[in-house]
Amino acid sequence: MDKLEQVKLVKERSGTDARKCMKCGKCSGRCPAYNEMDVKPHQFVSYIEKGDIDKLLNSKSLYTCLSCFACVERCPRGVAPANVIEAVRQEVIRVQGENKIQAEKVPEMIDETIPQQLLVSMFRKLNK
Amino acid sequence: MKFTYYPGCTLRTKAKQLDIYGRKSLEALGVDFEEVKEWQCCGAVYPISRDEVATKLSAVRTLNSAKVEGEGKLLTLCSACHHVLKRVNGDMKNDENIRFKANNYLALEEEYAGETDVIHYLELLRDYVGFDNIKRAVKNPINKKVGAYYGCLLLRPSKELAFDSPENPTIIEDFIKAIGGTPVIYGMRNECCGAYVSATNKEIAVKKSVKVTDDAMGHGAELLVTACPLCMYNLTENGNKKVPVYYFTELLAEALGVKE
Ligand code: SF4
Ligand code: SF4
Repeated sequence: MDKLEQVKLVKERSGTDARKCMKCGKCSGRCPAYNEMDVKPHQFVSYIEKGDIDKLLNSKSLYTCLSCFACVERCPRGVAPANVIEAVRQEVIRVQGENKIQAEKVPEMIDETIPQQLLVSMFRKLNK
Repeated sequence: MKFTYYPGCTLRTKAKQLDIYGRKSLEALGVDFEEVKEWQCCGAVYPISRDEVATKLSAVRTLNSAKVEGEGKLLTLCSACHHVLKRVNGDMKNDENIRFKANNYLALEEEYAGETDVIHYLELLRDYVGFDNIKRAVKNPINKKVGAYYGCLLLRPSKELAFDSPENPTIIEDFIKAIGGTPVIYGMRNECCGAYVSATNKEIAVKKSVKVTDDAMGHGAELLVTACPLCMYNLTENGNKKVPVYYFTELLAEALGVKE
């Protein structure tokens, strides 16, 4: 797909306006998964604004973001970095063959303790 | 007033205590409620992308059931169900595109436009029953130092959840006081436990959950309470394994003298 089109789609899907970001870094400062991220929450916002999507599509942060919404809560400009991360992850997994978890794998994960909520959340986040 | 009770998938399987003690306590407190007739899983995560409609439909069905079957007061227990139902309801109220498409799919007798109020059990205790009335109904005060574990989903994003202050919440501490316990305030009470990432990257969940449990114990907590089965799982399986974690409804039932 045309890169420009892809950037536009991700922006729309995120429902957040990256242009409002003032680059204060509060989102990344509050992020509990910061140390596990190659691309940080504030960088998702600035890269998408610049149209630099390749770095985001290949980022391991797509799978370490906890969707805890701390970044959304903290942003003084009403930007939602978590939504950009989600929109990019969708861009990856919506392509055929790009699911990060297969349905057949789920039964193997079930044990005495694992709650259904965990399996459903994981599946929803990693499979389309 | 009658509440429409939504258990959600995990409360019928791995989180039975959250459900059973929740019901027993409602009965003891004289709250009138009835379960949603044909409920489905809410989907467990709120579909953030603005172009997602199909993944919101099961939540809309439940929201509409509360409107049609009951008095439009949907009562939730699990933090994740609450989060999903509340946010999808907000979309049905405020997002014309989602409202239009969801209604098109569902073809309900009457359009659904976010009329239901989504009320978490703790909000019911605070706003409808009242913590003072709970205090009066307590037979066995808990008499322990209890750490409230809020986690993420009940509090954030606070603009949509409107549950309590996202940085300095008090509702669970007030609940603990009402049942005769001593609340312990610790910094990590609204930090993430590692959530669903624990399924694919256990290391992260261990790091996060150990931090939470260590911090709570460091401040003197003898036990923790949560409303979320996933937090329960992470804190007990991936935490420091030194501090017991209970569902808040279990402590409530114990305090009210209805726990067998
Ligand atoms: S939602 Fe993701 S990016 Fe935002 S603070 Fe939480 S873990 Fe970090
Ligand atoms: S907190 Fe908001 S304004 Fe600050 S860097 Fe993050 S997205 Fe930009």
